[in-house]
Amino acid sequence: MGKRSVIPYGPQHPVLPEPIHLDLVIEDERVMEAIPSIGFIHRGLESLVEKRDFNQMTYVVERTCGICSFGHGMGYCETMERIFDVEIPDRAKFLRTIWFELSRMHSHLLWLGLLADGFGFENLFYQCWRIREKVLDLQEMTCGGRVIFSVNTIGGVLKDMTSEHMQIILKTMDEIEQELKTIQKTFFEDYTVLSRLKGVGIMPKEKINELGCVGPFARASGVAVDMRKLGYAAYPMIDFEPVVSEDCDSYARCYVRLMEIYQSIDIIRQAIAKIPSETDLVTPVKGNPNGEAFVRLEQPRGEAFYYAKASGKPNLERMRVRTPTFANIAGLCEMLKNTELSDVGLLIITIDPCISCTER
Amino acid sequence: MAILKFAPEALSNLFKPPVTTAYPAKPAEYPERSRGHIEIEIDDCISCGLCARACPCGTISVDRSAGTWTIDRYDCIACGFCVVKCPKKCLTMVPGYQTPGGKKSSVTYQKSPEVMAAEAKKREEAAAKAAAAKAAAAKE
Repeated sequence: MGKRSVIPYGPQHPVLPEPIHLDLVIEDERVMEAIPSIGFIHRGLESLVEKRDFNQMTYVVERTCGICSFGHGMGYCETMERIFDVEIPDRAKFLRTIWFELSRMHSHLLWLGLLADGFGFENLFYQCWRIREKVLDLQEMTCGGRVIFSVNTIGGVLKDMTSEHMQIILKTMDEIEQELKTIQKTFFEDYTVLSRLKGVGIMPKEKINELGCVGPFARASGVAVDMRKLGYAAYPMIDFEPVVSEDCDSYARCYVRLMEIYQSIDIIRQAIAKIPSETDLVTPVKGNPNGEAFVRLEQPRGEAFYYAKASGKPNLERMRVRTPTFANIAGLCEMLKNTELSDVGLLIITIDPCISCTER
Repeated sequence: MAILKFAPEALSNLFKPPVTTAYPAKPAEYPERSRGHIEIEIDDCISCGLCARACPCGTISVDRSAGTWTIDRYDCIACGFCVVKCPKKCLTMVPGYQTPGGKKSSVTYQKSPEVMAAEAKKREEAAAKAAAAKAAAAKE
């Protein structure tokens, strides 16, 4: 047995700008244990429900995170719609689906870029983010914001997409599909990439189930969990199957996320083909909310949970968001056991951590 | 496994123009719906204050007697909720982001004297009407 020592890793560290701190117990160059600590950027967004009314909270909740902004806004609105017991118009459901898939694409492309940056492949990183920029342009064109959409409202959506917008989206989807194919070859076949990803950070299926990991992290270990199958928004009307890999390593996580971008492109095409042409976008809600409800939805990073409790006043009594990274941190610490110290940075990236989301 | 899978792409990029815009030498282009900042048609405003009450970050203040509408643009998050709430549709979201500054400052819009005079006249007429109605009710 070698000599054990503890290395403090973070909150500022070379791989990602998110403040997570890990105490790594190492023996020679191998990590024996990782002890996480978070809480560096707690902003108290949940307690803001005491000061802001339930309509204003839509805009506060979606600012929880810059990358999964649309999902947060939509999750909150779906929760409130359950409390009010309203059904939103069909067109609004499809619009939400299209926007949600666009945001999933931009999140996954961002992650692929960060992964490439994590193993030192700068050129690949630029290409991923170049493609991502096209998705951001589509978001800005349809909603007015590059990452913060602000189109959700309780009972529907605020903005409509014109048929020209949809044509531009379809055209851009074709372009993105072509460009993805060129970088896909590098991610899946290149020697340098494979030597950093294949067989690194093995996370067996049993451990995933035991620790309750979610999202692409779980799907890369053969657990086919996808909250989109629960049937919110227009997902019941769309044909898709979760992308699953049985490899359980970092390569599988890269594979799952890259294939999910193709899946998102497919979902957007289906949604645009099936979208009903009605003019109504919002089902109006009356009065103050009363009751409690929760919603689970599939964020780009995994399952997110939204809970709200109201008591007939403009201000909610309690609001809670459980983000995917919160569920995955336990899995991360388990995965880090018995890995090389030099792989730690890359392995933290492979769970796609969003600490700002987690701490709210 | 293959090596240099990315080489053709990397080499072809050497001969392509950059995908980024040479900002600020070339101006940035915003789409029509871009949520840049709020503009107000101050003379259409009825000073109801719904925008000030709706704003999630409390950046708008309305003074009915002075006829002013004030916004701290550095606090504004450009969510567009005030635009949704405005009953007279005099608020609009237009492209063009707030430029950075050394310290926070607010912008005040003042209603024109003609509109103020017309509003005052309207108020007087309404008050006179109410007084007349009250007097009539007292007589009965």
